[in-house]
Amino acid sequence: MKVIKIDKKDWAKGIKALHKAYGLIGPVKEKEYFTFQVLSGGTIPDLEFRNTRLSPKAVVFPQSEDMFEYSLDDSREDHHLLKEVEKDYSPRVVFGIRPCDAKALELVKMNFDTDEYKDPYWLNLYEATTFVGMACDSPCSTCFCTTAGTGPYHEEGLDVLMADNGDSYLAKLLTDKGEKLATSAGWADSAGKSDVLAAKKTAAEAKIVSTVSTEALSGKDALELYNADFWEDVSFACINCGTCTYVCPTCWCFDIQDEVHGKSGKRMRTWDSCMFPIFTVHTTGHNPRATKLQRVRQRFMHKLKYFVDKYDKGIMCVGCGRCVRQCPVNIDIRRVCETMNSFGSDNTCAVQSS
Amino acid sequence: MDNPYLPFQVRIDDIIVESEDNNLKTFKFVFLNKEDEVKFNYSAGQFAELSIPGKGEIPIGIASSPVEKGFLKFTINKAGVVTTHLHNMKVGDIMGIRGPMGNWFPWSTFEGKNILIVGGGFAFTTLRSSIIYLLDPANRSKFGNIDVVYGARTPGMLLYKDELVEWEKRDDINVHITVDNSDDPDWKYNVGFVPPITEEKAPQGGSDSYAIVCGPPIMIKFTQPVLEKLGYDHDHIYLSLENRMKCGIGMCGRCGIGKELVCKDGPVFTLTEINKTPREY
Ligand SMILES: Cc1cc2nc3c(=O)[nH]c(=O)nc-3n(C[C@H](O)[C@H](O)[C@H](O)COP(=O)(O)OP(=O)(O)OC[C@H]3O[C@@H](n4cnc5c(N)ncnc54)[C@H](O)[C@@H]3O)c2cc1C
Ligand code: SF4
Ligand code: SF4
Ligand code: FES
Repeated sequence: MKVIKIDKKDWAKGIKALHKAYGLIGPVKEKEYFTFQVLSGGTIPDLEFRNTRLSPKAVVFPQSEDMFEYSLDDSREDHHLLKEVEKDYSPRVVFGIRPCDAKALELVKMNFDTDEYKDPYWLNLYEATTFVGMACDSPCSTCFCTTAGTGPYHEEGLDVLMADNGDSYLAKLLTDKGEKLATSAGWADSAGKSDVLAAKKTAAEAKIVSTVSTEALSGKDALELYNADFWEDVSFACINCGTCTYVCPTCWCFDIQDEVHGKSGKRMRTWDSCMFPIFTVHTTGHNPRATKLQRVRQRFMHKLKYFVDKYDKGIMCVGCGRCVRQCPVNIDIRRVCETMNSFGSDNTCAVQSS
Repeated sequence: MDNPYLPFQVRIDDIIVESEDNNLKTFKFVFLNKEDEVKFNYSAGQFAELSIPGKGEIPIGIASSPVEKGFLKFTINKAGVVTTHLHNMKVGDIMGIRGPMGNWFPWSTFEGKNILIVGGGFAFTTLRSSIIYLLDPANRSKFGNIDVVYGARTPGMLLYKDELVEWEKRDDINVHITVDNSDDPDWKYNVGFVPPITEEKAPQGGSDSYAIVCGPPIMIKFTQPVLEKLGYDHDHIYLSLENRMKCGIGMCGRCGIGKELVCKDGPVFTLTEINKTPREY
């Protein structure tokens, strides 16, 4: 695989060239936080960021997206007929996505790309996008990617992996899409035979000190975990705000709603959350997950057990730590994961285990 | 890429009021584009999303049968926003249908076997689809004995009354109709809840018999021990589940019970399968 060197002096020039061939998306600082946004013509992506509060999942899965439009005006020939909304699926590139977030999209893809059905909205945006990752040399204290199936230099789901190397960036071109992007940007200097990337990878991995154990999860009985006493402790403080699901790169649940203004309407979809009671309530008023305990349990069981059993591809969590940092009551998936993983052995108290 | 969220366009062709309280109506739909009927190739037990622009979509079991051609039928209980709107719509109105969705009763497994069908309330819809399928001259000889226990609150709440009367008269199906209580002095069928009537009338189970159960949760709960007593194994008992749904195609994550999605892995499950889930329905 080709590794190229991009002199930081040439960075802006390459980006200018890319603005012609691609739509550019990258981290943008808004007040004190970075978010992933479309970069207007000429803007240079700022790669001097730590992690974003929201994951970049909206790049392929917008928080709210129009699906169809229609007219309710009976005098029109096409009244009450749904029509596809015109979409822009021209090539786009996202700069600065973290390896953990790219891996998260690979996990989510298993949900949207199945043998029976393909979700056109998610997949079209995904296919149109070239993912240029930024390796992570200074992780947060809450990052536990290396034991969650990914890592600071992980390549899965990326087309290019970039790393900061002082005056230059090193960029590993991982796919044809990645090669094409480098060509369009005019980045062609070979980095030569160097093991700088490998050394940086080892150093970065060593900095991730927070871990989870997951090896015993698949062997546990799902119903025994479900019925375990520890959910009372785990869920006690949760206020069902849904923050954890909104910031999570691997959460994909959505709602579909019709919105009407006058005689014209839209069918759209929006992110939804299993943390909200309304998510599952039947029209009869019956709610299979009416209590907070049931909903908190659903989130963790889905990520750490049901998903593991269904796909045999590890946990539905990439260790980005966002939910840990942003939960207002400090519910920590690492502790819950340990509790589940060691369930049945002596230590099962979520509050005390570490 | 086909868009699985895009409904087929249909027109309401007929509306039949089914129940004395006017809350249950059967809607007959025809496809605006004839070739869509071929694409909508379904089996008895499946459901579809009825799609009303401006209001939303609702998952509804298919009440017509694959052996009935040229139309689709759904029986709908007036409950909330979309169902109420539908109840106010008229013959000729245009709307959409997405589907067919979910799995179905395993008809090939049932071949050569006896089938007991137990239904309560308006969950009888896909069971009607099943019975019409089984009684079709091309299919009837493939199956053993067919018994049906069907109950509603009152005689006026029974669905498909004309067909029930017709099935009653046939000798290739045993129909046991019951009502919780009857205000009709001429009522000549059973009075009592579905579980005890099943215990009294249904044939013994065994390796050559399967049971299909659809109904409100309370009926299912009390029918289960009756079927066990009659000798139906858990993997010979099929149930059709309901959960709140949106996409109907396994994408939106709403209808999960453990690792199973009711919309895609179900709605039909054996009791053995359901017992392995947290039963969050
Ligand atoms: C597999 C299956 C088969 C079924 N078969 C039948 C059948 O044959 N006959 C039958 O009568 N019923 C059937 N049902 C039940 C039927 O789907 C529900 O009764 C129906 O969805 C109720 O819709 P409604 O709009 O009337 O109710 P509402 O409670 O008003 O809501 C339904 C829809 O409105 C929207 N909505 C309303 N309130 C909210 C809110 N607060 N937040 C977000 N969205 C909201 C949502 O889009 C929601 O899906 C079946 C259900 C399933 C799962
Ligand atoms: S962020 Fe914390 S409090 Fe909010 S729903 Fe998630 S676990 Fe509960
Ligand atoms: S569950 Fe938490 S740590 Fe895991 S991927 Fe989601 S937000 Fe990140
Ligand atoms: S209804 Fe969307 S996953 Fe089942």
